[in-house]
Amino acid sequence: MKEAILEFAQHYNYFITIFLMISGLFIVIARGNLIKKLIGLSLFQTSVYLLYLTPAKIHNGTAPIYDYAYDTYSNPLPHVLMLTAIVVGVATLALGLALVVRIKEAYGTIEEDEIFSKDPEAE
Amino acid sequence: MSSLSWGTIEPHLPILLVILPLFGSLLTTFLRKGILAWLIALAVTLVLPVFSIALLMKVMETGQPIVYQIGNWPAPVGIVYKVDQLSAYVLTVISLIGAVIMPFARRSVAAEIQEPAQSWYYTMYLLCLCGLLGIVITGDAFNAFVFLEISSLATYVLIAMGRHRRALLAAYQYLIMGTIGATMYIIGIGLLYVVTGTLNFDDLADRLRLAIADPGYRNAVITALGFIFVGVSLKLALFPMHVWLPNAYAYAPSLATAFLAGTATKAAIYLLLRLIFSVFGVALTIDNLPIPQILLVLSIAAMFIASFSAVFEENAKRMLAYSSVAQVGYIMLGVALINQAGLTGALAHIANHAIMKTALFLALGAVFYRIGSVMYSDMAGIGRKMPLTMGAFAVAGIGLMGTPGTAGFISKWYLGIGAIDAGMYSVVFLIVASSLISVIYIGRITEVVWFREPSEAAKTAKEAPLSMLIPLWILALATLYLGFDTRATVDVAAKAAEVLLGGIR
Repeated sequence: MKEAILEFAQHYNYFITIFLMISGLFIVIARGNLIKKLIGLSLFQTSVYLLYLTPAKIHNGTAPIYDYAYDTYSNPLPHVLMLTAIVVGVATLALGLALVVRIKEAYGTIEEDEIFSKDPEAE
Repeated sequence: MSSLSWGTIEPHLPILLVILPLFGSLLTTFLRKGILAWLIALAVTLVLPVFSIALLMKVMETGQPIVYQIGNWPAPVGIVYKVDQLSAYVLTVISLIGAVIMPFARRSVAAEIQEPAQSWYYTMYLLCLCGLLGIVITGDAFNAFVFLEISSLATYVLIAMGRHRRALLAAYQYLIMGTIGATMYIIGIGLLYVVTGTLNFDDLADRLRLAIADPGYRNAVITALGFIFVGVSLKLALFPMHVWLPNAYAYAPSLATAFLAGTATKAAIYLLLRLIFSVFGVALTIDNLPIPQILLVLSIAAMFIASFSAVFEENAKRMLAYSSVAQVGYIMLGVALINQAGLTGALAHIANHAIMKTALFLALGAVFYRIGSVMYSDMAGIGRKMPLTMGAFAVAGIGLMGTPGTAGFISKWYLGIGAIDAGMYSVVFLIVASSLISVIYIGRITEVVWFREPSEAAKTAKEAPLSMLIPLWILALATLYLGFDTRATVDVAAKAAEVLLGGIR
């Protein structure tokens, strides 16, 4: 029992990552509201940040700025990669929301089933 | 600083291929006049093929890959751009298509996009080109993701600029699917980074061979392979992950459709080839996941199901979009065979399909310019009024069927030989059978445009302007020329296939 708890605690971040990943993907598939789909998509993308950052953080490690007082540093590369990924995520979300605004103007609704009932060929 | 001569820019060609369209897109952002933006885009896109052909010739001559270290940082530390036979070949295809359609762009864009947005349209076009070239040239897994997203985001905007409100919905759906695909790709790359501690393709390849032998890492590597395969397959519209493609191509502006059909899926196909053959290696892939078998089943399904969908379409652009899904099936079929002839056919079809499909979509773009519709009912009898446009359409269509004497035949011939080499005789039969379906859907539109009574819209139509006919006929004649002289496609594709298969260890 103790070992199982220890095992869970050691992999806590990864469980959260998988939870976010699956719930994000589920929202994208299950929800018909275009904004909610984008929220799910953002959640899905966010889980990746955690996936990259968890192994990069080293126990007792500091920022990789060289100093005699420290001898353990975290890996900076995944942090930098995720900065880029955050920028990509923000751009995607912004573009997605802009498209939803235009869809709302064109169709008068942001519910997928209502849009398809107004425009059956769009499906 | 010495004067700007070929000698001084030659070592920097790899980076210039990416930087030029990027800077061009910055310039066009600040222009208000569409014609000025078009001139800049034209200048940039005409220079790019010169660079990529120079790289291709150099690589073919020396047989050695050209490695460009950005900021002079050597390989695992810095990002390198690596041009080998395969990437030089795909770069040439993408940049040539990007250049050939530019003379067509001016009138088509002026008619379909409103003036203040025209220059931004060229901005997106150049950004998309930058992203696609970047995917193909980079030697770094994460850099490839960034370029993938640059090209994808630009593509979503290009599609959303279509006139019909369905264009918005198509762009939205593509945004959702494309982002899921790209995110799955970085999940896979993330797992690989955790296992190997590197992102450089060559470095990854070396370390993965050690990692797969370690039982502690094995599962992570296989999971990464699965994520990457599914993620990139979404991007290249492998059946059944193609659902975003028909609407996206059908409702995007004419120029965007012609450009994307020729280039976007090809860059994703390149990425999948690079990862499966050069990074994971064929041995690792086959031993751990049945990817060739999956590809074989899905590509044959694409060849038949997507072709059948094309037969029953009433919208010509959607018909060609379904045909694109089927043609991606042919390319992936050649990949699934994993032998020299099959891969040669697949790679040759990357160029041949790009040329033929771009020609077909350009012809529809010219029709749309004249009558404002590409529905079969409106296109009836248009061949009599626009004989040159529809003549080029017919030539490219005959190529698409795979008729002997055209480019399409060459790639299918090699695919057939590849199937025979692999001992899969039934596949040869399936290739011929699915080509017969393409005879039906091309035949159907040919009947509509040539032999029916002209519709109301077709009666008043005029032949397309020269700026549209010239790019169209260049591509149509290339379809015929590449059916006889295969030095530019098959010979290079065979070398590239050798490089890919050299990775079998």
